[in-house]
Amino acid sequence: MTQLVLLNIFNGLVIGAFYALMALGLSLIINLTNVINFAHGGFLALGAYLAYTLQPYLGFWGALIISPFLTALIGIVVERVLIRPLYVRDPLYGLLLTFGLAYVIQDSVRMIWGAQGLPFKVPGGLQSSLSSTLFFLTGYRVFMVALVAIAVVALFVILKKTRLGMRIRAGTLDLEMVSALGVDVRILRNLNFGLGIFFAGLAGVLAAGMLGLTPTIGDQLIMPSFVAVIVGGLGSLVGTLFGGLLIGVAAGVVTVFFPSASEATIYVMMALVLLFRPYGLFGEEGGTKL
Amino acid sequence: MSSRTNPGNLAFLILLWAVLLTVPLWIAPVGGYIDLASRVLLIGLAAMATNLLVGHSGVMAFGHAAYFGLGAYATGLVIKHLVPSTPVGLIAGIVVGTAGGALIGYLLSRLRGIYFALATIAFGQVFYFIAFRWNAVTGGDNGLTFQRLAIDLGFANINLTSNVVYYYFVLAVFAVCAVLMAILLRSPFGHTLLAMRENERRTKFLGIPVNRHLWIAYTLSCFFVATAGALYGMLNNFVSPHELHWTQSGDFVLMAVIGGMRSFWGPLLGAAIFVIAQDSLSSITDDWMFYIGVIFVLVVLFLPRGIAGLMQRKIS
Repeated sequence: MTQLVLLNIFNGLVIGAFYALMALGLSLIINLTNVINFAHGGFLALGAYLAYTLQPYLGFWGALIISPFLTALIGIVVERVLIRPLYVRDPLYGLLLTFGLAYVIQDSVRMIWGAQGLPFKVPGGLQSSLSSTLFFLTGYRVFMVALVAIAVVALFVILKKTRLGMRIRAGTLDLEMVSALGVDVRILRNLNFGLGIFFAGLAGVLAAGMLGLTPTIGDQLIMPSFVAVIVGGLGSLVGTLFGGLLIGVAAGVVTVFFPSASEATIYVMMALVLLFRPYGLFGEEGGTKL
Repeated sequence: MSSRTNPGNLAFLILLWAVLLTVPLWIAPVGGYIDLASRVLLIGLAAMATNLLVGHSGVMAFGHAAYFGLGAYATGLVIKHLVPSTPVGLIAGIVVGTAGGALIGYLLSRLRGIYFALATIAFGQVFYFIAFRWNAVTGGDNGLTFQRLAIDLGFANINLTSNVVYYYFVLAVFAVCAVLMAILLRSPFGHTLLAMRENERRTKFLGIPVNRHLWIAYTLSCFFVATAGALYGMLNNFVSPHELHWTQSGDFVLMAVIGGMRSFWGPLLGAAIFVIAQDSLSSITDDWMFYIGVIFVLVVLFLPRGIAGLMQRKIS
């Protein structure tokens, strides 16, 4: 029983790491542009399929590194061409546009790579189990959690230590002021969008190794990521990270007792958070954007 | 909404109802079918109800498929398992959908802006997962099949199993709902919603409990969406989790935008365009989702005020 609980907590942590990775990208984009990126799941699929295409030439490691950058590049172009004209309008339009974009990307992936699921090979060294008593600790899962941890630490270092990160943080608080101080907000938003999409692409490559490739691979991950953002509270990246891990682990634990209720758990948690802390666990009252 | 006495408006209303009442006469020659017209009316009703919030109250409701599907599932389950009666099923669907809306609306009513939108999206998925997972009751991914029945009034028998009779039944309910919505928007309550859209802070300072107003508006909107959903389930004699999916919620909002969010009838026009485009695209190509997505992008970029907005600009 203990082992079963441990197994599911660990599984929850793996899933939670995914949610957190997705949700951090979403959060970054929302903070600076007020756009809820529905197409995030599409970008995730794009990252996964690009890795699949690159793998024969670059190997697993090359694909793992290059694919998120390519995805981010596509994101940057999309932001420049389609999303930038909408910043002056009601946030509703940004939402609707990325909504349509989600349709377009998902169907494009299906047209290019086919509707059939494809396998994504992971190096043999990562597939074996690390320990015979804790059989669920396969190398790939531990590797994934470690990689997500590295990515998250890297993100926070970028945000704290670099000029770009400083500007992103400042822009989250008061974009107008940042603009008045002479920063080109258009470029800032553009790079920030790319950074968010980079995380979607990275999540895509990792998800491909675990779940295999289907055009709808992003669909099952995007809704919990929204929940993670809500639970954590808008405007707080730490909150988003915490929210993602929390709902992942909670869903994992509930799976032990009521397997079919694992999704419902996430939403019940969200309802409870909204009931008692309407601005999310780490959000501040009045800190949410109107 | 312009005033009642506007002659152009009156002419439009007469034309609209003439077209809707004569659908069975002309729909086949122009290549349509009667169920398609019923579908346009019901999806249009749902889009108009969504627009009560999106266009008239200015809040981004992106989870309305939940109440649409909730109405459809409740109707189907009642007719199949409890009481084989169309009116009872319809009422059950409306009650369940509205109750769901009231419950979630309460949680949402304290949120605003992007945060409100995010929460509507996420809550919209709850019922999707329940329908998808609870195989024993909902049939899971395979959906729920049932059969709508004739209404026996004693002195007359309304044979709803006929497509044409069902169309007129749908049209009658649609008309009642449209009148109710128009009355709602003309009432002091409706004007308060417009005031909240234009300047919430000022409305609040006038002593209006904005959160409670939003909650009531959300619940009323869900009432109409659930009505549409219940009738939609009976139209197809089938409900699947797809009716609850977030893509359906987004479609409702897009229809409102295509037709014109600031106009009363705009969403119906948007629904007609969207449903007919979807119907014909999906029969021509497997890639119809791609084209629907492109329509989304083009409408947002080039037609943000919808067709109604376009026509208003022409006039002025």
